[in-house]
Amino acid sequence: MSKVNKGILNILEQNAKATPMDIAHMVGMSEDEVRAAISHAEKERAIVKYKTLINWERAGVEEVLALVEIRVTPQRDVGFDSIAQRIARFPEVRSLSLVSGDFDLSVLLAGSSMKELASFVAQKLAALEEVRGTATHFLLKNYKQDGEIMDGEEPVKRLPISP
Amino acid sequence: MTKKEASPSKKSLLSDRVSKLSPSGIRKFFDLITSMDDVISLGVGEPDFVTPWSVREAAIYSLEKGVTMYSSNYGLIELRQEISNYMNDRFQVKYDPTQQILVTVGVSEGLDLAMRAIVDPGDEVIIPEPTYVSYIPCVTLAGGIPVTVPTNMENSFRVRPEDIETRITPKTKAILMGYPNNPTGSVMTHSDMVRISEIVEQYDLTMVSDEVYERLVYDGEHVCFASLPNMARRTIHLGGFSKSYAMTGWRVGYACSDPEIIEAMMKVHQYTTLCAPIQGQIAAIEAMRSADSAVADMVEEYDRRRHMIVYGLNQIGLDCVDPQGAFYAFPSIKKTGLSSEQFAERLLIEEKVAVVPGSAFGPSGEGHIRCCYAVSTEEIEEALERMGHFVNRAIHGE
Repeated sequence: MSKVNKGILNILEQNAKATPMDIAHMVGMSEDEVRAAISHAEKERAIVKYKTLINWERAGVEEVLALVEIRVTPQRDVGFDSIAQRIARFPEVRSLSLVSGDFDLSVLLAGSSMKELASFVAQKLAALEEVRGTATHFLLKNYKQDGEIMDGEEPVKRLPISP
Repeated sequence: MTKKEASPSKKSLLSDRVSKLSPSGIRKFFDLITSMDDVISLGVGEPDFVTPWSVREAAIYSLEKGVTMYSSNYGLIELRQEISNYMNDRFQVKYDPTQQILVTVGVSEGLDLAMRAIVDPGDEVIIPEPTYVSYIPCVTLAGGIPVTVPTNMENSFRVRPEDIETRITPKTKAILMGYPNNPTGSVMTHSDMVRISEIVEQYDLTMVSDEVYERLVYDGEHVCFASLPNMARRTIHLGGFSKSYAMTGWRVGYACSDPEIIEAMMKVHQYTTLCAPIQGQIAAIEAMRSADSAVADMVEEYDRRRHMIVYGLNQIGLDCVDPQGAFYAFPSIKKTGLSSEQFAERLLIEEKVAVVPGSAFGPSGEGHIRCCYAVSTEEIEEALERMGHFVNRAIHGE
């Protein structure tokens, strides 16, 4: 993968709505150069997607999240990749990582009810041949996600004029 | 009345020395601003970030443990050791933490101590101008005579060594300068600094070097004056935590110098402030140990804002050189035909944007305004738009 412009990615990671013109003024490049750098990063899949961080609780929509620890049997030649990709394809799976420690895969599930997620774990995840066991933890409150404090923070007022 | 003199019948309550001090030009609009809504202020001189959490947390923990007492007059030895390590790692200057480092109540106190420690009545101190608002008063209060050296936009507000040299007299005791500079954002070149160090040596002077913005350099490299050949013993290096770690309210800074000078500064410090606040010192230790990545993030963000504001100011017709350090842009407003004070006052009233008139930093600041870009990108955008309207009206008349 050829080099991507880290400065531009930092800006977009914080604000996906920043326009190439905004970014150009911030990094001291021309708008065309910024456009080229962005499309390069998109092509390399350094930029995967532009999404919005939503606090569904504030939006008045019920959302249930569960963290599932899964122990699996790795397979010859492919290790964990094959089973991980299989699990990742389920739309209920919001994120999935291979981790070190007592279990192998850490999976975050999202759904509209506890019942829905519970039956997903029982019928889909635990039923997979390679899966040796699961432990499900329902999330009770989301304080921080993707680096953002969900309730926001009170701005602190500075003096309008200071030395 | 042409001359201010105490009337024979009534003695003035104030000392002559203090009566003659003029109030800081920065604070002039303060009352006006606080009475207005929706003001975007580019008039601040501090980061808009809050102190990194790890630093705040360390101070909270120290309160829980009951660490609420005096520290050594010099400051906590752990902090002096951290400062010593930092100066060695970053600039390869060695300071003995037990004799050559003094923890002060911000650089402000360090500056005052330095002047009181080295200046005798009538001694001259050379100061590049535009100058930070407290340099001249600190010299005056110590009984010294400030001798200013104007700098200009054509030379990116760097002081020229030859301009310093022509102002040296038998009375010259020290040079006092701050780079990266407040208010201009200018950064000195290595070769100019070397030339100045030769002048310091040749005329047997002391350099008081306020380097509080040393971490905030975007183009070029910061030159630590004490790191130049033979300069460590001739330099009072003033550093602080306020700007780089967003710790303005904690009031912690430090002075590094020759043991004899530090001892002298410590005497004044001991009798006037005793020690820097202990929570600030504990926070500063944590800052030095763990907040480097937070500083790097802040510098990156300031750099984006710097590009934005310089581009925007030039775009609306206010010529502005690239400030290489600190977080100020110092554009020229000469095209508008207004004085910097008129400009600042009318801009505030008509467009609700606060900036500081360049004249607050001395006569050579006239024709410029100081715009602090330690504000959010949204605010910079909005401020530039409002300023654009104002400049347009001012140039094309209304």
